[in-house]
Amino acid sequence: MTTAPRIRHALRPLAVLAAIAVTWEAIKTLFALPSYQLPHLHEIAADFLHEGAGGERWFSIMAHNAAYTALESLIGFGLGGVTGLVLAVAFAHSRWLERGLLPYVVASQTVPILAIAPMVVVWLGTSWFSKAVIAAYLTFFPVTVNMSRGLRAVDPDALALMRALAASSRQIFFKLRFPAALPYLFTALRISATASVIGAIVGELPVGSRFGMGVVIINAAQYYNWRPANLWAAILVSAAIGIVFYHAVAAVERRVVSWSRMAPAV
Amino acid sequence: MGSPIIELADVAKTFDSRAGATEALRAVSLTVQAGEFVSIIGPSGCGKSSLLRIVGDLVEPSAGTVRVNGKSPRQARLDRDYGIVFQTPVLYEWRSVLDNVRLPLELAGRPRDERDERPRALLRLVGLEDFAGHHPWQLSGGMQQRVSIARALALNPSILLMDEPFGALDEMTRERLNQELLQVCAETAATALFVTHSIAEAVFLSSRIVVMSPRPGRIERVVTVDLPRPRATKTRALPRFFELVTEVRQSLREDAGLAGEPARSRRTGPR
Repeated sequence: MTTAPRIRHALRPLAVLAAIAVTWEAIKTLFALPSYQLPHLHEIAADFLHEGAGGERWFSIMAHNAAYTALESLIGFGLGGVTGLVLAVAFAHSRWLERGLLPYVVASQTVPILAIAPMVVVWLGTSWFSKAVIAAYLTFFPVTVNMSRGLRAVDPDALALMRALAASSRQIFFKLRFPAALPYLFTALRISATASVIGAIVGELPVGSRFGMGVVIINAAQYYNWRPANLWAAILVSAAIGIVFYHAVAAVERRVVSWSRMAPAV
Repeated sequence: MGSPIIELADVAKTFDSRAGATEALRAVSLTVQAGEFVSIIGPSGCGKSSLLRIVGDLVEPSAGTVRVNGKSPRQARLDRDYGIVFQTPVLYEWRSVLDNVRLPLELAGRPRDERDERPRALLRLVGLEDFAGHHPWQLSGGMQQRVSIARALALNPSILLMDEPFGALDEMTRERLNQELLQVCAETAATALFVTHSIAEAVFLSSRIVVMSPRPGRIERVVTVDLPRPRATKTRALPRFFELVTEVRQSLREDAGLAGEPARSRRTGPR
């Protein structure tokens, strides 16, 4: 891409952002919403400069907690990704295993994460590890489902070619099934990237946690009537973590599966 | 002609499915000698692809015996005695053109220098040396099929199995690739078994044409092609070429019970 289209490319999300801001303020004015229902955008922006209890400004407090959450999400993402991958390979290899385990894997995702998170924290403690495990819990499922499908969705003639070339099952896996399934894997990882952040934040909600965006959100919610902009700022920061994660995965995807027509444009 | 390379005796194939059994092949016996180019032609669903896949040990015959290079088809496959070309190019899209041609050498664990040299030489042979680093999707259909022919030749097989390799290509490209294929076969001295539904293509390429009946596929007739070699564009204009095309067409019609049908104004020779 040359420079001019690249800039235009980058401007598009900014234009959308501007449109959202205009709509936001228009709704607030039109329905005469008080700030505890919908604060002004500048109030949210100003909240980042607000001085916290320890004399630290809020953008700094947010940054620390966001980094903490991001790290938990990243570890959970890695943990869940590997777990999902292992399950997918196992399922692709054995119909028997898939039939036996898949119902439980599906059931695990129908249980509300909000109900499970406190138990995990009770079992594993309030450290970063329990949060990473909860993040992994939300991460592994899309990977398992998509990847086991990808490993199976191989063109029959591509398999016949491997057979004709007397390939071993190991060679068939590493030289055909796995690379052919990579676009499926990355589609799942893009979903998992944002899910892992949700998981980490939900993991921070139970009593006892001291750091992370989940803690910030709980506190901000308690003081919402008094200072609504704080919760909105926390929401924006949490969303930003998810967006950064998503784009990081998409960037890796563009590099790894540049050959695929399934690769994302953005 | 030398020794028998492919020997089929009373080969039958019945596919079982939930909808019931389908008899695809019945009592097919055929011997292909070393260096021959044998085409199998027949109506859709006559089991010609199945026959090719039985030779390649990609499909098990229901009855009969098959010998390839004097071995069981399974042993011949494990010894990588044949190269195969499918109707679609079946290129792995995550590999460059060069790496696709290299695949058989990798799988066979050939030494590094051979893995580096051989694919380039093969791309030169099919006239694609300038496209080594391209992605398969950046190539036209005809070019992709040439890559797949180069890949089939990678391990220098004594047998080439081709399943309607040019069926999806336009007529101009097909004729050019026919010509190239004959050169490749002459250079590599490979024995070729070639499935097609184009009469002109079969006549142009083959030393013998096996005409098959509609399902269940049986060998209806074997037409020996006595056209001079090397064959070139002018071969397609020879009176003998037209006679053979007519002969093959006639046998196909007899098979289909259409012997009395008047000849339609279909193309019989070169355009």
